[in-house]
Amino acid sequence: MGFPHPSHTRETVVLSKYFGDSAARTHDGWVQRGGYQALKKALGMTPEAVIEEVKASGLRGRGGAGFPTGLKWSFMPKNDGKPHFLVCNADESEPGTFKDREIMRWTPHALIEGCAIGCHAIAAERCYIYIRGEFTEPWKVMSQAVEEAYAKGVLGPNAMGSGKRIDMVLHRGAGAYICGEETAMLNSLEGKRGNPRIKPPFPAQAGAFGLPTTVNNVETLAAVPHILVRGAEWYKGLCLSNPKSTGTKLISVCGHIQRPGNYEITMGFPMKDLIYDMAGGMRPGRKLKAVIPGGSSVPIMNAAETEDCLMDYEGIVARGSMLGSAGFIVMDDSTDMVYQVYRLARFYAHESCAQCTQCREGTAWTVKILERMLAGKGKQEDLQLLLDLSEQMTGKTICVLSDSCAAPVVSGIQKFPEEFEAYVKGSRTPVMASV
Amino acid sequence: MTDKTALTGTTAGAGHHDDPGYRPVFVGETRDRLEKMGANYPTRQALLLPALWMVQEARGWIPEPAISEVAGVLGLTPAQVKGVVTFYTMYHTHPVGRFFIQICTTSPCNLCGAEAVLKSILKETGCGELGATSPDGRFTVIEVECLGACGFATPIMINDDFIENVTPERVPGILQRYQ
Repeated sequence: MGFPHPSHTRETVVLSKYFGDSAARTHDGWVQRGGYQALKKALGMTPEAVIEEVKASGLRGRGGAGFPTGLKWSFMPKNDGKPHFLVCNADESEPGTFKDREIMRWTPHALIEGCAIGCHAIAAERCYIYIRGEFTEPWKVMSQAVEEAYAKGVLGPNAMGSGKRIDMVLHRGAGAYICGEETAMLNSLEGKRGNPRIKPPFPAQAGAFGLPTTVNNVETLAAVPHILVRGAEWYKGLCLSNPKSTGTKLISVCGHIQRPGNYEITMGFPMKDLIYDMAGGMRPGRKLKAVIPGGSSVPIMNAAETEDCLMDYEGIVARGSMLGSAGFIVMDDSTDMVYQVYRLARFYAHESCAQCTQCREGTAWTVKILERMLAGKGKQEDLQLLLDLSEQMTGKTICVLSDSCAAPVVSGIQKFPEEFEAYVKGSRTPVMASV
Repeated sequence: MTDKTALTGTTAGAGHHDDPGYRPVFVGETRDRLEKMGANYPTRQALLLPALWMVQEARGWIPEPAISEVAGVLGLTPAQVKGVVTFYTMYHTHPVGRFFIQICTTSPCNLCGAEAVLKSILKETGCGELGATSPDGRFTVIEVECLGACGFATPIMINDDFIENVTPERVPGILQRYQ
């Protein structure tokens, strides 16, 4: 549903059905709503059969990368005699995104169930749920739910009477965006600084504590029980555009919009209808200027590009951006694009782990140049300098934080050149103190 | 206490003998709680983030001698612990006010007026500037990057309380609840 608003008739309510329903937070409440049927079913299947079902559903990672979930699970070694781990990425901190928070706050048992099924599929006896430090309420709700799941025998040495051990450990982050990157998260879990690791080895070979590990996003895992109960064919059928993007997706709509909230759409839903119909459109008297459709790390789209764009992995790529984590940031015609690009660059400069030179230096210099521009001291060559810098920051580092900083800079300059020019030429009043 | 115990971590509070006034955190029930958590992880180092949270819970921040204590308890070097403390923004490396306020000012909230909320909070708390503690020791205010509640702009955190949809008008009423 469009939480905190009532469901919109055009939503496809699967994951968000019980948002706002506090009775769904308890084990018994969850069971009354059909919960834990999927886990029971999964535990009666072979891990291979579970993986095949998820593969057939077309489910792709909802954290941002969109990698096929069943395929990811199939990369885990079989019968290697080593302990395996599932790590649930609940470090939601991509600006614009606030969906995993609602899944954990309202349907904690949906996540526990998804994690438990994931453990069975990859032969892991333990799942770590890494929750960002600032999420105090989701942490409390999840802690209570995990405790209850143990008390009811869902988790523990004999999970749901299956004879299999499934343990779940909540691990609290401490404030670092970069820990949402899967290998940084593994380092953080191990008690280290959250520096991303060079891949390969991929987590399936050497992940948490050097052992085979799969990292999945909260929304991805929460979707798995529905696939098990209702079948891969049903999930695959949730598709309005192309068969590569299936299922439902929670879109976190925020910024200059009348009804911000989480809207659950079927993949392929028209972007325009999301903005103007579901989320209520612009504030009175305002026009759409731009959107960032997939969390702050994806290229900015201008209003024209949103016109015929379909909301799925391929549809947004075709219009020059990415679905990412579906943090949908709306900007109306009151927005100063240069300032917003600067604000985003500042975010990445703050969050850079500083391992790679291109990122450490690149993010900091991007901020300095934009600051200078906003203070009315920009030079004409600064625009090219920013583009050159961004090029050096793309595809050259251990992780994609650096690329993510470059994305809004490059797309901002390309799509709104007149605004950057105005600062450089002095035809726009500086908005920052002299630097 | 020898260097050996500091490295193997067999003694609670190892490694902070340079500060005779220091009261160790990891004794009694707190130590038991940490050791119990140990069963959840294959290494002791993995207890570092949880242990630092426990220090902050007990002391309000992470003082230098606590870094040595944690190192001793977990069999790490103080440098390893300090490296971690300084990497994560939520661990305080200096004392803060009784109420620690974090205001989200990242892009989506910025679009929705977070800067006005920030200004209002700085003024109403008497902190004046970011990172400063109010003269009465009641508040410390910082800007924070994305709190993950962009649809509820502007979210702020006061200690562990998460408060959504804050506007400048609501600020005095909210602060009144934190005496």
